[in-house]
Amino acid sequence: MADAVVLRGGRVVDPANDVDGHVDVFIEESRIAGVGVDLILPEGVREVAVPDGCVVCPGLIDMHVHLREPGQEHKETIATGLAAAVAGGFTAVACMPNTEPANDEAGVTRLILERAADAGLARVYPIGAVSRGRAGEQLAELGELHEAGCVAVSDDGQPVASALLMRRALEYAGMFGMPVIDHCEDMSLADGGVAHEGFRAASLGLRGRPAVAEQILVERDIALACTTGAAVHIAHLSSRAAVAAVAAGKASGARVSCEVTPHHLALTDEELDAYDTRYKVNPPLRETGDRAALVEAVRDGVIDVIATDHAPHHYDEKLVEFDQAPFGVVGLETAVSVCLDRLVHGGVISLGRMVELMSVNPARILDVPGGGLSVGAPADLTLLAPDLPVQVDSTTFRSLGRNSPFDGRSFKGGVAATFVDGRAVFVNAAVSGADQLQIGA
Amino acid sequence: MPQTADTGRDAHSAGTSVLSTPAGLRTTDLLSIGDLSAEEILLILDTAEAMQEVGTRAIKKVPALRGQTVVNLFFEASTRTRTSFEIAEKRLSADTVNVVASGSSLAKGETLADTVRNLEAMAPDVIVVRHAAAGAGHLVAKLCKARVINAGDGMHEHPTQALLDALTIREHKGCFDGLRVSIVGDLLHSRVLRSNLLLLEALGAAVTVCAPATLMLPEAARFGVRATTSIDEAVDGADVVMLLRIQLERMQGHFFPSLREYFRCFGMTAERLRRAAPDAIIMHPGPMNRGVEIASDVADGPGSVILEQVANGVAIRMAVLYLLSGGQGG
Repeated sequence: MADAVVLRGGRVVDPANDVDGHVDVFIEESRIAGVGVDLILPEGVREVAVPDGCVVCPGLIDMHVHLREPGQEHKETIATGLAAAVAGGFTAVACMPNTEPANDEAGVTRLILERAADAGLARVYPIGAVSRGRAGEQLAELGELHEAGCVAVSDDGQPVASALLMRRALEYAGMFGMPVIDHCEDMSLADGGVAHEGFRAASLGLRGRPAVAEQILVERDIALACTTGAAVHIAHLSSRAAVAAVAAGKASGARVSCEVTPHHLALTDEELDAYDTRYKVNPPLRETGDRAALVEAVRDGVIDVIATDHAPHHYDEKLVEFDQAPFGVVGLETAVSVCLDRLVHGGVISLGRMVELMSVNPARILDVPGGGLSVGAPADLTLLAPDLPVQVDSTTFRSLGRNSPFDGRSFKGGVAATFVDGRAVFVNAAVSGADQLQIGA
Repeated sequence: MPQTADTGRDAHSAGTSVLSTPAGLRTTDLLSIGDLSAEEILLILDTAEAMQEVGTRAIKKVPALRGQTVVNLFFEASTRTRTSFEIAEKRLSADTVNVVASGSSLAKGETLADTVRNLEAMAPDVIVVRHAAAGAGHLVAKLCKARVINAGDGMHEHPTQALLDALTIREHKGCFDGLRVSIVGDLLHSRVLRSNLLLLEALGAAVTVCAPATLMLPEAARFGVRATTSIDEAVDGADVVMLLRIQLERMQGHFFPSLREYFRCFGMTAERLRRAAPDAIIMHPGPMNRGVEIASDVADGPGSVILEQVANGVAIRMAVLYLLSGGQGG
C-alpha cells in the first residue's frame, strides 16, 4: 500500500462538501478515498501528520495566467511557470492564448499540453483564442480547440471590439460549453493610457485609462450574454463602476461571472509616485474607492474568483520609461500570502470563502475537475500555512519573472505544500514539520 | 540660523531672503518642484538674482563649476531650453556636452537605461535631461550618481520653467501671497502647468486655470486651484495671465474642432485682457502660436514679459546648477 496515505489532524476546509473541521483525508491511488473521522483504513496505510496550524483544502486553481510559451521563453516557460504555480499553492492553472503564435489552433494547444505533461507539476487548462491571431476579425476554429483541450476562449489583452464577433463567439463557444473570457475595455477610450485616469495620473503627467472604458464593455458583454443565453466571464475587474455593472447583470439573471486580481485588491495608483514600472499593469491600479468596492464585492459575493493575471516580463523590458514598459505583474507566488493576509486575517472573508474564490468557483466556471475533496476526485490538495510569516523576495521566485509589486513586503500566511494526484509537487521547507509531507515522490 | 517652517509664509510675502532661508538645497536632483520647500524655492530665486549680474559683465563667466562636466541629454527637440542651459553652464565655467536624440545611439535602438549607464561610465557631474516620457528623469536618477535636472519630462514637469516664471513674477509683483494668477491653454498635456501649480501653491498664490473642457486639468479641485471654462471669468481681475501652447496635433485627438475656433473661444486678445488688473503681466513659456492661444498685439503689448522670462531662464538655471552642486546661498 505504498500508494495509500492518510493526512491526519489538520483542519480541512472544503466548502463544496460543507466541511470545515479537524478531519482526516485518505488518499489512495492518487484519488481522494475518504474524508472524515474514524475512517476505515486498510492495513499499512502511511500516516502523515499535518503540520501544526496548517489547513488542508482542495487544490487552488488560477484561471488567468500567462505562461509565455511558445514564443516568449525569455519571460517564462511552461516549466518555470508551473514551478511557480505549485510553489504558490496552485494545483492547476488556465493559460491565456497570447503566445507567439497565438493559441488559435489545435497544434498550439497540443504543444502546451505536451510541455505541461513534461513538467509534471500543476495541471494546465489552455484557453483558446476567440479569433484567428487574436485579431478580432474571424472566429478561430473553436470546435477543434475544444477537442484539443481548451476549456474557454479569450482574445486576452485584446478586448473583442466588435459586438457582432462577441455575440457570435458567445453563441458558438456556448455550443461546446466554453465560456468566453473578455478583457473588458473600450480601446478608443483607453486611448493609449498607461495608468488609471484620475488625480494621480494627472499629477504625474501619465496618460489615463478611464474606468468608464471598462464599464462600457462589461455592460455590453452582459447585454450580449442575456441575448444569447451564453456564459461570459469578465477578467480582472478593476473599477467600482464595473463591479456595479456585474452586480446588476447577475441580478437580472445573466450568465456572468467575474474575477479580480490580488494586486487590484491590495494596491492603488498611489504606488505610482516614483514611476516604478512594477506597478504598471492593465487594467491599471485604480483609486482607493475602486479598491474598496472590489474588496466589498469579494465579501458580498459579486466577485466569483480571485485570479492572478500572472504576467512575467524580462527585467530589461521593465527597466525603461514608464510609458514604454509592458503591462503586467507576476502573481503566482504571492497570491496566497496576499489573500490570507489582506482578506482572511484582514477580516474580510473566511478561509472557506477564500477556497471558494480560488478553487471551487474556477473549477465550476471552467467545468474542470477539482474544487472539492469528494471521494473519487483526483487528490489535488493545497496545504495552507495561514500564520506563516512571509517576506516576498523576488530573487527566490521559481518564475523567470521578477516583476512583483509585492517584492520586499511582508505578509502573514503562505503555502505549506501542494499535492497533485496525491503526489507532493511542492513542500515549503520554511514550515516546521513539512519534511514528512514529501509523499508520492 | 533659525529654521522654522512657520516663518515660511512671511518669507513668501517679503519675497526676499530672510532668516528662514536655508543655506543650500537638501535634494541632489531636481526632478519636480515637489522636491523643493518654499524656502528652497526662494533661495533659488535669490541666487538667480545674484547670477543675473554675471550676464551683464564684459566677461560673462564665473568659476563656480570649473572642472565639472555637465551633459545635456535631450531626447526631444528644444531650442530655448537647451540653449538656456548651455549658456548657464558656460557662464559657470562647466565643461558641457550636448547629446541629442537624432545623433545618439538611441536612434540605433539603445535603451535609455543603457545610454545613461554609458554616460555614467564617463563620470559626468550633472545630467540635464529632456524626454517625451513622464518620469524619464526619475529613471535617469535611479541609474546614475550624477545630479539630475529635469528639463521637461513628457506631460509631467518642467521645474526650471516654473522657477524662471516665478522669478519674472516676483520682479514685477514683489510677492506671491494672494496674487491672482490665471493660466489658460492646454492644461491636460502641459508640464509647465504642473510645475507651476506646485510652485505657486507653495508660495501662496491664488491660481485659476482655464481651458476647453476637453483640455481641462482632471480633478482640478484636488490640485487646489479654481477651474473654469470661461475665459472672461478666468481673466477677471488677474494679476498674472499665463498662456500655454496649443499643440497643433491635438485636433486629431478630438480635443477641439479647429485652431480658428480655439482662438475664437480661448485666444487671449486685447479685448479680453481688459478684464484683468490694469497692471497685469502676460506670460508664455514658448514657443508661441500667434493667433491661436495669443493675439500678436498681446504678445507684443505693454504687459508682455515673455522675453524677460527667457532672459531669467539663464539666471535660474545658473542658480539651480550652482546650488545642486553644493553651492551655498547668501
